[in-house]
Amino acid sequence: MAAGMSTVAVVERADPAQRELDAESADWLRRLSARGGVGRQEAEGELHARLLRIALAEVSRRSGSTPVTGPELTDVAHQAANDAMLAILAKLAGFRGESRFMTWAYRFVILEVSGKLGRHYWRNPPVTLGAGQWERLPDRLAIDPEQHAESAAVLAEVRRVVEDELTTHQRRIFVAIVVDGIPLDALATRLGLQRNAIYKVIFDARRKIRRALVAKGHLDDPGLEQP
Amino acid sequence: MSELERLDRFLRTDPRDVGCEEAMAVLHIYVDLTVTGGDAAEHYPGVAAHLMACGPCSEDFTGLLMAVSSD
Repeated sequence: MAAGMSTVAVVERADPAQRELDAESADWLRRLSARGGVGRQEAEGELHARLLRIALAEVSRRSGSTPVTGPELTDVAHQAANDAMLAILAKLAGFRGESRFMTWAYRFVILEVSGKLGRHYWRNPPVTLGAGQWERLPDRLAIDPEQHAESAAVLAEVRRVVEDELTTHQRRIFVAIVVDGIPLDALATRLGLQRNAIYKVIFDARRKIRRALVAKGHLDDPGLEQP
Repeated sequence: MSELERLDRFLRTDPRDVGCEEAMAVLHIYVDLTVTGGDAAEHYPGVAAHLMACGPCSEDFTGLLMAVSSD
């Protein structure tokens, strides 16, 4: 859980002992758990083919939001399918039957695609880390300072909070993600952090900025945050 | 929606938000509930709150949803 968020916001998971596997999931488990033989090889081949199909579809779906293109994108899909396959086989005993087997398996390949696109971002990044393109903030926040006097004041207050009230670490991450538009997974890779660690920084920054805007009278709803 | 309303939506933080790690740990369960017509958000309000706020996790949710729907 991201620190600073409610301690009651805990994900409850079903008791696996109460779960009965559907027939297809049970069949996959049986075939992949068999001790060697042609049957297991066939099952692994079928699973890998499905993972690759999903990976190729996923990189295609995300192609508009990544600088990774062409053969490199295809390579990402193949690597994601291969790594997902290894992870699935290694964690097969940990499948708890809380979902269908294939949904559980596809999660691995989707997350592999996310992570790999984040790492490959830095091979040809459209923006460098630390660029600090503050002139793009109005576009980022979809606020036109020319439209209303208050819009300009809001943007100025956002920048003031970022520069004066955030820590150096928070400011670096907020500027990279929100101002410069670097994908969160790419930044996580670059800084050697988990996605959740970056998200928590942005979460805290959002809360701090919102409080400042409420204090200045730009936003008047107390919002959902806890004191 | 006005500019300030959009900004407010971006800045609002939900105390139920479980964060990326918890959300991704149950993503397969959440997606299965969604595709089988269950109320995933009611079962996992903290995950729903997170997916509303986190772009990367929302992308993963969409990707997994499309993957299972394509079978």
